[in-house]
Amino acid sequence: MNFSHLPRLASAALAALALAGSAAAKSIELLNVSYDPTRELYVEYNAAFAAHWKTKTGDDVVVKQSHGGSGKQARSVIDGLRADVVTLALAGDIDAIAKNAGALPADWQTRFPHNSAPYTSTIVFLVRKGNPKGIKDWDDLVKPGVAIITPNPKTSGGARWNYLAAWEFAKRQLGSDDAAKAFVAKLYKNVPVLDSGARGATTTFVQRGIGDVFLSWENEAFLAVKEFGADQFEIVVPSLSILAEPPVAVVDKVAKRKGTAEVAKAYLEYLYSPEGQDLAGKHFYRPIDPAAAAKYASQFTKVELFTIDQAFGGWAKAQKAHFDDGGFFDQIYLKN
Amino acid sequence: MSRSHRSVIPGFGLSLGLTLTYLSLIVLLPLSAAFIKTLGMSWDDFWTAVASPRVVASYRISFLASLAAASVNCVFGLVVAWVLVRYPFPGRRIVDALVDLPFALPTAVAGIALTALYAPNGWIGALVAPYGVKIAFTEIGIFIALTFIGLPFVVRTLQPIIEELEPEFEEASASLGANRWQTLRRVIFPQLVPALLTGFAMAFARALGEYGSVVFISGNMPMRTEITPLLIITKLEQYDYAGATAIAVVMLGASFLMLLVINLLQKWSRRHHAV
Amino acid sequence: MASAVSSLSRSAGSTTRPLATRDALWLRYTLTAVALGFLALFLVLPLVAVFAEAFRRGIGAYFAALNDPDGLHALKLTLLTAGLAVPANLVFGVAAAWCIAKFTFPGKSLLITLIDLPFAVSPVISGLIYVLLFGAQGWYGHYLDAEQPWLPGLQAWLIEQDFKIIFAVPGIVLATTFVTFPFIARELIPLMQTQGNDEEYAAITLGANGWQTFWKVTLPNIKWGLFYGVILCNARAMGEFGAVSVVSGHIRGETNTLPLHVEILYNEYQFVGAFAAASILALLALVTLVLKSLVEWAHARRHA
Repeated sequence: MNFSHLPRLASAALAALALAGSAAAKSIELLNVSYDPTRELYVEYNAAFAAHWKTKTGDDVVVKQSHGGSGKQARSVIDGLRADVVTLALAGDIDAIAKNAGALPADWQTRFPHNSAPYTSTIVFLVRKGNPKGIKDWDDLVKPGVAIITPNPKTSGGARWNYLAAWEFAKRQLGSDDAAKAFVAKLYKNVPVLDSGARGATTTFVQRGIGDVFLSWENEAFLAVKEFGADQFEIVVPSLSILAEPPVAVVDKVAKRKGTAEVAKAYLEYLYSPEGQDLAGKHFYRPIDPAAAAKYASQFTKVELFTIDQAFGGWAKAQKAHFDDGGFFDQIYLKN
Repeated sequence: MSRSHRSVIPGFGLSLGLTLTYLSLIVLLPLSAAFIKTLGMSWDDFWTAVASPRVVASYRISFLASLAAASVNCVFGLVVAWVLVRYPFPGRRIVDALVDLPFALPTAVAGIALTALYAPNGWIGALVAPYGVKIAFTEIGIFIALTFIGLPFVVRTLQPIIEELEPEFEEASASLGANRWQTLRRVIFPQLVPALLTGFAMAFARALGEYGSVVFISGNMPMRTEITPLLIITKLEQYDYAGATAIAVVMLGASFLMLLVINLLQKWSRRHHAV
Repeated sequence: MASAVSSLSRSAGSTTRPLATRDALWLRYTLTAVALGFLALFLVLPLVAVFAEAFRRGIGAYFAALNDPDGLHALKLTLLTAGLAVPANLVFGVAAAWCIAKFTFPGKSLLITLIDLPFAVSPVISGLIYVLLFGAQGWYGHYLDAEQPWLPGLQAWLIEQDFKIIFAVPGIVLATTFVTFPFIARELIPLMQTQGNDEEYAAITLGANGWQTFWKVTLPNIKWGLFYGVILCNARAMGEFGAVSVVSGHIRGETNTLPLHVEILYNEYQFVGAFAAASILALLALVTLVLKSLVEWAHARRHA
């Protein structure tokens, strides 16, 4: 168990309490609403940012965290959860906040560099030690007798990336959307459990011992290997995968109301700094900054990555065609 | 409870007023929000939301698993209640207290614990796995979780009735030459039927709506092990508030009908017995 | 749920039963074995599993896991929530039982059904309705955003106070109150119906007023049932997961109750921590049940 962050958190909280009375330094509280696999990253990043902000302005920042499935978190923000910043799994979820709550402008993705994605990730396979089923690439997944664990794309952001990566692989191999659809349908026939979030699916695979292969965020796979031991699991990188760009945004409506717009913006900008990029790499996200990327290059296997804009024409289109009610994903299960 | 008491015992206005106000604020007003939300939908949209194949499949699994769980609880709940009332044994009081555990244990904890037990690598799951039997992540897993949460409803409804059974009936039956089995079946059982039905209906209604303990163990496969409350959450997470609310209204309607039937049943059985 | 208390006064006297109402020995043993086996499989085993997982890495790890500021905050929030929801439902429960048990009026069956409703409503729906009411896209949100609101002073005050309902403590308390709404009332109604009105009638005839009758006559008669209802209501209030999960927002150290904290720890692969927190909840449940047994025992002794 990892309690290393607790003393730091506790001392930060104590410092905040001690200073609350004095007028010398302001005490600011931010709420970062994020998705499941970023917990460990942001625990460390929040402490780093608090230190950075303290030296820069003398103010104390306490960043509170809220984690859950990306879609559920976006819904909470739409319903009024006071997030100063959101750091979610996919742009579609922040689009939903912009559209349904009007809490930030529709062009939010242009406000930070690199499509507002300070780090990227991809989808890899986590298999049991020794890879008993010999899984090397996407087409090994549809073989009979292979049990795949992946969460439900309807509720999990990560699962949507999984699904789209499989689809694009099949489309490139087999040449048509129809063939891709059949391929993905076959893949989901091999799925025995559809958890609602990435973390639930990890638990099913790791703790419950269900399935031969787990389609996972790259950083989740590394974390699972780190937490549960390299003697139990290994990571397999397919020939082609999707470039996942988990985006970040300031929720203007909340930040304006709470008067935290400036610090919220700085909080996200700091993700692009050398320190922020280093932490991203440390927690198995792929940094976009060349220096940090070079530092952590050895831990990531080279893989051909495609973007959702190239292959599917962006999130809005992909969401509508594949994941909305009556979309391709629903059709897979209705045909049974 | 004759009508004349109304004029003698005071506090009718106060207590009824307080009851109705509180009931309206805490229960009726929030529930009406769900109905008002669906009023904004066209009939077609409503029908698509509540009758699409995936939703219908979820009604089926929720209904069947709840039915099975409530039935099993009726059988074993009856035995448990009978034993707890009639047979003294060491530690009875502790066992009696344990029956309330599903009320008190958070459903998420129950779900995690049950999954840990019944997964293929859990204590019980590992026992049956060699025979090709899967419990967790199948319909059986849902059934087990629902049995767990429904048990106290049946036991707690039956217990007071069994305690109040008049021994005279049994004695009379015995002295008229009936053997014990005949007495149990013909004399005792009929007296327990109304309470058994009530317990069944309560356990069933509770099982239909259960979420926390089931999601961990069910596997959530669309068309197969996806329960209706999970679909509501799924719709909610796709920002389909109207769709989520429409399914909720269907479930609310079912719950309300079921409770109304229970209470009429109880009223009827009280009257029936009084005569 | 019917009252288990109403018959407490009868001491369980199967040893003194006449022969005709006693079951054969083999039947007794079989049924007892079946009942205990069933309970062991469905109730005891999950409970054992919780503690076994919590202590998997030893006692040291268990207590280390408990010593977590976020966990302590979650425990405090859970106690606060129960501390607000239970008394509210207590007052309501007594009032509802009084009017239902002591008077006849049209629509009584409907009223009882409505009181039962939260038992049968899915916790998910209980959360959803509060989101519909108090969410930013709900009635409350629209009210705060309204250009020409009803009662502008109230709107201004609410905005100035930054009064949050869901994703804050009030929402958690409301959802918990909804879920535990019927427990006390349903415990008292059958009890007071069985007891009838004779004693109250006598008291009033002798010149007592309503409050005196309630405090001196009715309350002593129902106090054990009341206590039992409070205990159950409290247990459920502390353990509620589904409804609270929808309205909480899951902010660590702020809006996480203990059951939600269990889920969070579990999702962070802190399985020992998760089960340790779960064991605290299970212990709270067990203490509750022991308390209940003590109540019954004391009660039975008094009437022996």
